[in-house]
Amino acid sequence: MGKKTGIIRYINGPVVKASQMDRFKLREMVTVGPNKLIGEVISIDGDEGTIQVYEETSGLKVGDEIVPTGKPLSVKLGPGIIGSIFDGIQRPLDQIYAASGGFIGEGIGLISIDLEKEWDVTIQVKVGDTVSPGDRFGYVQETSLIKHYLMIPPNVQGKVIEVKPSGTYAMEEVLLKVQDDQKVYDVKMYQEWPVRSPRPVRERKTIDRPLITGQRVIDTFFPIAKGGTVAIPGGFGTGKTMTQHQLAKWSDADIIVYIGCGERGNEMTDVLEEFPKLNDPKSGLPLMNRTILIANTSNMPVAAREASIYTGITIAEYYRDMGYHVAVMADSTSRWAEALREISGRLEEMPAEEGYPAYLSSRLAEFYERAGFVQTLNEQDGSVTIIGAVSPAGGDFSEPVTQNTRRFVGAFLGLDRKLAYSRHYPAINWLTSYSGYIDDLAAWYKENVAEDILEIRARMLKLLNEESKLQEIVKLVGEDVLPDDQRLTLEIANVIKVGYLQQNAFHDEDTYVSLAKQYKMLKVIELLYERAKEAVAHGIPISKVKDENLFHEVIQMKYTIPNDYSDEFTVLEEKIKDYYENLLNAYQWERVK
Amino acid sequence: MIAKEYTRLHKLEGPLMVISGVEGASYDEIVEIKTPHETKHGKVIQLEDDLAVIQVFESTSDLSVHDVRVRFTGKPLELRLSKDILGRTFNGIGEPIDGGGEIFGGKKMDVNGRPMNPVSRHYPRNFIQTGISSIDGLATLIRGQKLPIFSGSGLPHNQIAAQIVKQAKIFDEENSEFTIVFAAMGVKHDDAHYFRRVFEEWGVMDRVVMFLNLADDPVVERISTPRSALTAAEYLAFEEDHHVLVIMTDITSYCEALREISAVREEVPGRKGYPGYLYSDLASLYERAGMMKGARGSITQIPILTMPNDDITHPIPDLTGFITEGQIVLSRELFQQNIYPPVNILPSLSRLMKDGIGEGYTRADHADVANQVFASYSKVQEVLALAQVIGEEELSDTDKKYLEFGRAFESRFLNQDFDENRDMEETLDLAWDILSILPKSELNRINPKLVEENYRG
Repeated sequence: MGKKTGIIRYINGPVVKASQMDRFKLREMVTVGPNKLIGEVISIDGDEGTIQVYEETSGLKVGDEIVPTGKPLSVKLGPGIIGSIFDGIQRPLDQIYAASGGFIGEGIGLISIDLEKEWDVTIQVKVGDTVSPGDRFGYVQETSLIKHYLMIPPNVQGKVIEVKPSGTYAMEEVLLKVQDDQKVYDVKMYQEWPVRSPRPVRERKTIDRPLITGQRVIDTFFPIAKGGTVAIPGGFGTGKTMTQHQLAKWSDADIIVYIGCGERGNEMTDVLEEFPKLNDPKSGLPLMNRTILIANTSNMPVAAREASIYTGITIAEYYRDMGYHVAVMADSTSRWAEALREISGRLEEMPAEEGYPAYLSSRLAEFYERAGFVQTLNEQDGSVTIIGAVSPAGGDFSEPVTQNTRRFVGAFLGLDRKLAYSRHYPAINWLTSYSGYIDDLAAWYKENVAEDILEIRARMLKLLNEESKLQEIVKLVGEDVLPDDQRLTLEIANVIKVGYLQQNAFHDEDTYVSLAKQYKMLKVIELLYERAKEAVAHGIPISKVKDENLFHEVIQMKYTIPNDYSDEFTVLEEKIKDYYENLLNAYQWERVK
Repeated sequence: MIAKEYTRLHKLEGPLMVISGVEGASYDEIVEIKTPHETKHGKVIQLEDDLAVIQVFESTSDLSVHDVRVRFTGKPLELRLSKDILGRTFNGIGEPIDGGGEIFGGKKMDVNGRPMNPVSRHYPRNFIQTGISSIDGLATLIRGQKLPIFSGSGLPHNQIAAQIVKQAKIFDEENSEFTIVFAAMGVKHDDAHYFRRVFEEWGVMDRVVMFLNLADDPVVERISTPRSALTAAEYLAFEEDHHVLVIMTDITSYCEALREISAVREEVPGRKGYPGYLYSDLASLYERAGMMKGARGSITQIPILTMPNDDITHPIPDLTGFITEGQIVLSRELFQQNIYPPVNILPSLSRLMKDGIGEGYTRADHADVANQVFASYSKVQEVLALAQVIGEEELSDTDKKYLEFGRAFESRFLNQDFDENRDMEETLDLAWDILSILPKSELNRINPKLVEENYRG
């Protein structure tokens, strides 16, 4: 036999060491023991190799065999990915359910997308055509929302010498034969790609358009860019998962890859039950038709948690290569970092900060750098946006994962425990959050929303900043002693907080808000502020300037005025103008008397 | 095959034992350790060439390098389970300690369990009425949820857990009673005795299974105690269709046991000396709550943990909070004001509440009312802080109303008797009574229509 197998000599949780491993390759995928557990070679020292095992190692013995597969940990990329839920190494959980029932067993083997399934393929090349990597040679309507373009794999180019006609084929069918100087390549409906290598692109482009989320605090104040990177850190109970779910539901990406990394089983079930019932705001079709789920819940094997992030991003890159805008939600990257720490600990590596391995920062950088707005190999625009939740221990942002992540992301949406306690959701703290994409996106906002939106945004942020300083004084002396113009700042800040920043994910009208409505709302608040300020400047007491009903109505406009508003905003604006005009008139009349 | 016995003990340290010359042992299997006087059990936790590291469940203090014979069983720790476990008491590795004899028949199950496939889960949506206003109204417990109590030493977490056991009720099925699985890890004899006494007083003992590992019992057994208990719970829920309520106390002692063993193994420590795998380990317990497709039963977990020094950022409550679906946090300050149950509602949360309340579940106004109470009570804290500086007299009229609201909330809504069982209607009506102390315009979290209907001005 040409294939040499390794012999296990050490077992400790997911880490296994074996001898006779000198012929194995680093990062090679292997099967471990009689149950054929899936593992990956993570180091080789002389003839001893260390393997991390993606399944429960209970029952494994010293002396059991390690069998090489000859290829690195890879995923199969082809039709049938969308709408599915996979484990950390792309094994479909519904097939595992069919095979082993309610609880996940071992030794299921390396299954992936359904290779038996037949698809209607439309072929768009003919014999004699020259094809190069990334070229589309046909397509499959994968779901009602997504046309799945079949692409020439990155390592194939040459002349088409054989081609199947359009028709219904199974995945293993050879659709094209392509010949170059050296050999003939078989091209199928799917391709394989090692998860730890980024897929090639023609070039990376600069970021120029936002990922619209329908969430006011994000779209208006801390925008996310298509192809950008975002971190959402927050202690437990601050709403990371809720925010991620909202983004998965409403953001205007073509495809969503949701990675549940070391999180709760019920949350994945929630997505599985809810998404098929929710409809995409653009097309009205079920959101599940553009969603891919990767689940390694907190009680599933820890080594597969480490892999799940890479599986997710590789799938995202594949759809990006078709010219789609893909958003990856990773919830939570801290669990991934902890998986690294756990395996590193079992390898007895020298720990750096808080027991995390020294390579934490470079691994984080590698991951976030796989996001980007690109020109694909066949010259389409495509993007991968990464939105990573971070779960800092004790809610303390100074811990290593948060700090290292911060260095590699473009936008930072810090969730605040105090806001969450008062049920201000999304609990994004407007003082600590930032978006580095404002400059890149300025042109887009001016052209597509309004010329002055960024100026209003800046004024509102300044006002919120002032308010936080004033609150320090209020805490010491109370609100009553402040001059009226400062009290007005407090009142308007409250309108912004309650009426604008807070958004109710459970309210039909408020869960998603169009940019147009966001802008109109901002204008109303600004008008209220300007007119009220003028009144205060004329010496009218704040008790008169702050009209309970009027302020209340402005706060409630998010609920009372629908997304497809007609003249409601104009009516409200007129009301504000009338109120202050009358107030000023009455006041001046009094002075004259 | 005749099982081979090993006599070559290489090393003994704390709860760990290393044997050499081992062949064919498997990871995680159970071993029998025979001394001239008794038989003990242990578990293989590491294998390296012919060395096997064994974690011994019972006390190792009288073991010697000689006179010990070790036999590998080839199986992980298993529990024999049948309906006869109801009413019985076991130790941490599932041996009966109530003098009632072994369990026969039934089914053997691996105590480590297996991760539940998210695809096979059934999303929990049905609320459990506990009769405690602060929980039902503001952090509603859902069947199949894991909702821990974050407590501190000396706070009445045991009473709250007991009250929940006594009053817990579901509505949509005929079989509305719960089976209780109780796991005690490193708790005092008094605490275990307290639970046994109340269960007996209420005549529910025939619906209770107890797994006890008390403060002076072997530490290693503490690691398997919750696993044994959850295995019994899984059997009852998924094989016998029971609704099971699992009370696990005290998770802090459990984590300390993990740390102790990790230290003996000389592992790289994470935060505060706890092992780096504490999160995964806790998850392997908590994630065993839930409901499964094709099974009518459910497992609801109420783990109790005492926060060291009342610090919610300590790794144990912190990691727990990241895994569980919310938490109920007790406050020493409220306790000192003689308020029972002293639930600090602001950090308390039930993540599954959003899908289990409202029209068709509890009442249409529930979500808004809960939201408003949270927002207003949080404002009360700000006003209190201000009042401390400038004096209550100087507060604005609205702020004074907030103080009044805060006091009424604590003394009337939070506070209730140990045997006072309020139903959901009562709880929500009470919330409206107290919210109506505030001016109508302050109720900006509630749908204006509901305010018009319910405000008692």
